[in-house]
Amino acid sequence: MNRFTRYILGLSVFIGIFYIILYHPLDILIYPKLPYLDFLRRSFFVLILCSILCLYRIIKGPTAPDRIVAIDIFGILIVGFCAILGIGTGRGWYIDIGIAWALQSFISTLALAKYLEGKDFDE
Amino acid sequence: MSNTTIGFIFITIGLAFDFLGCLGILRLPDVYNRLQAATKCVTLGTCSILFGMFLIVGFTGGGIRAILCIIFLLLTSPVAAHALARASHISGIKLWEGSVIDRYEEDRIGR
Repeated sequence: MNRFTRYILGLSVFIGIFYIILYHPLDILIYPKLPYLDFLRRSFFVLILCSILCLYRIIKGPTAPDRIVAIDIFGILIVGFCAILGIGTGRGWYIDIGIAWALQSFISTLALAKYLEGKDFDE
Repeated sequence: MSNTTIGFIFITIGLAFDFLGCLGILRLPDVYNRLQAATKCVTLGTCSILFGMFLIVGFTGGGIRAILCIIFLLLTSPVAAHALARASHISGIKLWEGSVIDRYEEDRIGR
């Protein structure tokens, strides 16, 4: 598969995803009580697109630190997802899930960094 | 402009930075370059989304917890990125062949 074919394939995939974001023909997330429904649904699609890009790097990453970086950013995207859910539903406790997820992601990243470095955990 | 409009502008900026950071994770050639894109994704992307949520919701429980989450992310994310870069350099991940200079390697050899 040469370079031009890959370019055309990636461009078609991006055009399809942006079509889904702008016109949302798929009604995946049906939340009839959201006040700002269109904007929030499009931001959900943007975050799902970012998660798909991170998942590609997690699966295909050539070394271990690539995967750790992608998993860290995946957790950060979930924090943003919880914030947008908290706006839409008007319930403040969604951000608690985000805080807990960020804490767990930070600790796991530090532990994996220590493991890569080849040292003990209590150093 | 009301607070809600400014909050949605902040959320749009945050979503744009999230998308650009994830595109950098997908496209850049090296672990260190990918870390450089990923940290932008944290500090400008998700913190901007949380600040937009604070502007929309106001001084309720959710808004104040969003401010606390911003402070927590700003404190912890550079620490994690720095530890990960140091660990990957020590464990022997090569730089991209187009890289110009590697000061940390010079420091470790000269020590």
